[in-house]
Amino acid sequence: MMRFILPLVLFLILSVFLYKGLGRDTREVPSPLIGKAAPEFQLPTLQDPAKQFSPKEMLGKVWLLNVWASWCEACKDEHPVLMEFSMQKMLPIIGVDYKDKRDQGMDTLKNAGNPYDQVISDADGKVGFDYGVYGVPETYVIDKTGIIRFKQIGPITPENLRDKLMPLIAELQAK
Amino acid sequence: MRYLLIAIFCLLPSLSFAAVAKDIAEDPKIEMRMMHLAEKVRCLVCQSEPVSTSHSEWSHDVRNIMLQKMKEGATDQQILDMLVARFGKSVLYDPPVDDETAPLWVAPFVMLFIGGGLLFYQLKKRRGKVVDVTLTPQDQQRAAELLNETTSKDPQA
Repeated sequence: MMRFILPLVLFLILSVFLYKGLGRDTREVPSPLIGKAAPEFQLPTLQDPAKQFSPKEMLGKVWLLNVWASWCEACKDEHPVLMEFSMQKMLPIIGVDYKDKRDQGMDTLKNAGNPYDQVISDADGKVGFDYGVYGVPETYVIDKTGIIRFKQIGPITPENLRDKLMPLIAELQAK
Repeated sequence: MRYLLIAIFCLLPSLSFAAVAKDIAEDPKIEMRMMHLAEKVRCLVCQSEPVSTSHSEWSHDVRNIMLQKMKEGATDQQILDMLVARFGKSVLYDPPVDDETAPLWVAPFVMLFIGGGLLFYQLKKRRGKVVDVTLTPQDQQRAAELLNETTSKDPQA
């Protein structure tokens, strides 16, 4: 009896591991920034270089930091999702125009619409680097105390917005 | 005249030299140190390639940041720590042994131990099962008959 059960059990264990492995995206590297304070910075806004933005302004609010660029193809898929989400006015969405030319970033927003409450220009990518950005778009959920609670690598889809981001935001806002 | 032409054609290729690639660093020593360190860092965009050889924009940025930090006097370890703080331990090709990565380091030995144990157990069990049997002439004959029977019944034969 043992002869049959043992291989079967081993096979089942292996299957579980392989099945889990199938669903994983190897590109998604877990961010060490989760649970840590969002890195501080001071950058000019995209539309008005004289105006500065700093994450400190957002203390007391749950907010979304969305890193995008006009040259980023996946951002174009994400854009309509963000546009629709911004209509709900659930929380402030701050955009970071990452390693982009100012006029090209503004053009994109003019043509496709602007879902952001504020857009910051990170022309040399310094802030992106501090936030561990390596593939735009990336999105951070930051809580009222300025702690990063979630990082989405790659575009936000209607599904993960509904299943992951929105429940988490609601939970953080209730705190 | 012919020799002159030949000589000219021989010299022609020397005109075709491409522009020499510009050194990123003014200081070749720091450049060397940076490239050496960059070999230990994984390009997260391309994955199975170190930052030192990757052509991705991200790797390019990381190399520049490394150079800049080195010029500011950062040690190799400080630079690696800075990268790990932002991108996680998976940026290192040689991840450190700590409580998070311990299972990865220990797992092969655990599996070897389990596999070895099972093998040992099975071999021991089998040794007990194998009994030397001496065949009597009758047994021999019966075996021969059975063998003949199957070969003659074999449709392929």
